[in-house]
Amino acid sequence: MTSEKSTTGAAKARPLSPHLQVYNPQITSVLSILHRMMGVALSFGSVFLIYWLSSAAYGPDAYGRAQDFFGSPIGQLILLGLTFSLFYHLANGIRHLIWDVGLGFDMPMLRATGIVVVFTAFGLTALTWIVAYVRAGII
Amino acid sequence: MEMRTPLAHARGLGPAKSGCTSHWWAQRLTSMALLPLMLWFVVSVLSLVGADHGDYVLWVSDPGNTLLLVLTVVTIFYHSEQGLHVVVEDYVHSEVGKITALIAVKAFAYLGGIASLLAIFRVAFGS
Repeated sequence: MTSEKSTTGAAKARPLSPHLQVYNPQITSVLSILHRMMGVALSFGSVFLIYWLSSAAYGPDAYGRAQDFFGSPIGQLILLGLTFSLFYHLANGIRHLIWDVGLGFDMPMLRATGIVVVFTAFGLTALTWIVAYVRAGII
Repeated sequence: MEMRTPLAHARGLGPAKSGCTSHWWAQRLTSMALLPLMLWFVVSVLSLVGADHGDYVLWVSDPGNTLLLVLTVVTIFYHSEQGLHVVVEDYVHSEVGKITALIAVKAFAYLGGIASLLAIFRVAFGS
């Protein structure tokens, strides 16, 4: 809340961010919100990176248990979510870096790069899991 | 009569309360560093699918892999802390809640980063 007062001296109840609910969803806003959500998800997902690296430090038994966990249905679901989050955040991050140098702000380009990001995220996620399943001998 | 200019009045009223250009720039630098590092990381994890502890030890002990893994982990936790920091500033409006959340975010980043590094060193350099 800002310290700004109205003429009567009472603090004005100005709207605070996020102003998500007052807009109709558009590809620009939805992809932007997803970028943050995926970033937060990846941050929480770093717990599993800590677990994986730490398990190896504890020795073969602990590492084997970690491998079993990541290979279980719930573990694979977590890794799938993190894979998609990573590739989405990475691809859209490149889009952000292009904006940062002042390019790609016209509406047709915003839509086009947004669609490229979504397809890139799904494509790289699929590619990663196909390679993983081939290497695991599942397919 | 108000003598301050509108700009002077508005300065410091954003959620961060102070200048953020260095934070913004560091976030861009870490994001650029993470582009190649995360692609390397994904390829590396794929190479370790089905690997046992011995394979992992061999992989981490390779000096190039140790270096890249350390760089990746440090940059991940740095970038993650920077991102969560901005999210907290944007969405947590109570001052107590905001400071508590910012401390938690920073503590998690240091704890997670250092725990990961120690785990890497332990395996890479032998225990």
